[in-house]
Amino acid sequence: MNDMTTIERAVTTSEKKIDAKGVNVHYADTHAIKNVDVEIDDKTVTAFIGPSGCGKSTFLRCLNRMNDTIDICRVTGDILLDDEDIYHPKVDPVQLRAKVGMVFQKPNPFPKSIYDNVAYGPRIHGLAQNKADLDDIVEKSLRRAALWNEVKDRLDKPGTGLSGGQQQRLCIARAVATSPEVLLMDEPCSALDPIATAQVENLIDDLRSRFSVVIVTHSMAQASRISQKTAFFHLGELIEFGDTTQIFTNPVDPRTESYITGRIG
Amino acid sequence: MTDASSNTPRLTTSIIEPDPRTRRRNASERRFRAYGLAAIGTGIAALIFLVISIVSNGYTAFLQTYITIPVELSEQRLDPQGNRDPEEMARVTTFGYAPVLAMALQSHLIEQGIPMDGVNPRDLMAMISQEAPAQVRNLVLANPEIVGQTLDMEMLASGRIDGYFKGRVTLESAERDSNVSPAQLALAAAMAEAGLMDTRFNWAFITGPDASGQRPEAAGLGVAILGSLYMMIVVLALALPIGVAASIYLEEFAPKNRFTDIIEVNISNLAAVPSIVFGILGLAIFINFAGLPQSAPIVGGLVLTLMTLPTIIIATRASLRAVPPSIRDAALGLGASKMQSVFHHVLPLAMPGILTGTIIGLAQALGETAPLLLIGMVAFVREFPDAPPEGLFDPTSALPVQVFSWTQRADPAFVERASGATIVLLVFLVSMNLLAVMLRRRFERRW
Repeated sequence: MNDMTTIERAVTTSEKKIDAKGVNVHYADTHAIKNVDVEIDDKTVTAFIGPSGCGKSTFLRCLNRMNDTIDICRVTGDILLDDEDIYHPKVDPVQLRAKVGMVFQKPNPFPKSIYDNVAYGPRIHGLAQNKADLDDIVEKSLRRAALWNEVKDRLDKPGTGLSGGQQQRLCIARAVATSPEVLLMDEPCSALDPIATAQVENLIDDLRSRFSVVIVTHSMAQASRISQKTAFFHLGELIEFGDTTQIFTNPVDPRTESYITGRIG
Repeated sequence: MTDASSNTPRLTTSIIEPDPRTRRRNASERRFRAYGLAAIGTGIAALIFLVISIVSNGYTAFLQTYITIPVELSEQRLDPQGNRDPEEMARVTTFGYAPVLAMALQSHLIEQGIPMDGVNPRDLMAMISQEAPAQVRNLVLANPEIVGQTLDMEMLASGRIDGYFKGRVTLESAERDSNVSPAQLALAAAMAEAGLMDTRFNWAFITGPDASGQRPEAAGLGVAILGSLYMMIVVLALALPIGVAASIYLEEFAPKNRFTDIIEVNISNLAAVPSIVFGILGLAIFINFAGLPQSAPIVGGLVLTLMTLPTIIIATRASLRAVPPSIRDAALGLGASKMQSVFHHVLPLAMPGILTGTIIGLAQALGETAPLLLIGMVAFVREFPDAPPEGLFDPTSALPVQVFSWTQRADPAFVERASGATIVLLVFLVSMNLLAVMLRRRFERRW
């Protein structure tokens, strides 16, 4: 597992996965996202940073149309996934979300068994032909989420009985099991202790070999540790977007510098 | 900071000795607790009083006095043609059977040497329930071959004699009662002594049909229990699916606009509409417009469904809302459709709440009387309904309505019957509520 990823990690692709142009989001009268342009590359970890309420989570939820569930939310602009507009009227958000998976801030396993948690996605999308296939997908996903060894003997126990860090890795395994192309993570470590955070961070680095990962984080240290690209949001605007090393060592915009040095936010 | 604090006076009192302000605060807290306790105590006392009064009035309804004597089923009287043809024999009415029983009782008393001082044959016959000849007649018509034999017959004692063994009728009250004389009571006591009369558990009260105002001893709850059961079946079959579907739509799918707001407000309002209004509605729509039969459990069930729907919808929506949104997000994030997220995840989690709400709604419907009066379920019904579904259209009574109509009858024995029926109703209600509690406990553990 690990040696595979080290080989692939050396491969840097610059293939564009998601291309967002002129995205605006309104919540009723509030203008939450102002004219944001972002390009997200395949097999790359892209971090969104910024102070609370700057719109980074809102923007993340635009990428798999989770904002559709909020009645008063209106999204304009173009977001292209592999050159297809995800807000095209013919797009079924359900199909989109199968391609663009999501992991949430708080671990939210279903109150079902560990096995059923992971198998749910493959089941509803018909990814497994038979029970053996499904078992295989569940095992692979749990291995990929570095959880297999801890839970392989209790797959029929409820997922809610795991520790916080395990629950979050279960949620990642669940998202991975539907073989998405992009994985969105909304502050996945904010409810975890440092040890669990380290495990999840290692995991994200591994996942990069197969998916494009977009992560929202409050921790600048985390962003600098795990991401290749960083976008800094402030008051609904995208202030700066570029290589992580550049953003953290040599920011162009003074506001970015103020934020990463702790003067604002 | 320092300026402000230096201006305010500092507390100099000890923390062991409470200052007047603290004492006042503590005193008001103690007073509030006392009010709360008093309120709860009053409630519990009222409940205990209610239960004691009902049980002490009603437990005797579950007992019944029977007279057991050998009866010669004379062929001459019961089958004058002598061909044992039930159709021919049916020409002999209950009036033909009464003398048979009277003679049997009289001759058996003489045989046993029990003196009948001051009891003429007419009074003697009055000690047997008016229901008894009918019961014997039904037995004979069902088994024509027993005519001509002498069999031990078990007959209901009349209401006053029954009341004597239950302590409701005494020798003193018999003096003032035109329906019973002290001599009859003395004879009854002698017959009990001789083993001809005994008081035991009264299954007929639970299984038997209602009886007319002159025969309280024969009145039973069977038809009313069946009627209530049929209505609950109708309510469950209609209100649960409709209520749950409506709640899911309103809670999960409906856009939030003025129209759905109006619907929501009106559902809450419906829950507060007096139940008699639903009765008028049922009378107008189901009986007058749709032409369904009166007194039928189908109509009662439909009316009670309308009444129960708001309760079920409100409970279901509350339990759907209690499912954390993170579960919906998780399902949607995996690419489940809205419907899959609702049916796979939200609904199973909301199930205990929905079931509790439904059972509470059913219990409410079971105890409802007013709307049923308007759709004719207060009628006197002796015939048992058929099995569903045809039986849903047969006339029946209902438990609470049976209580209502018994309390209106003149004979004091019906007070006992009505209290007994209330006990039966309360037992049903309490067991339904227990079931609700058990279901909730059981399913909630899976969280």
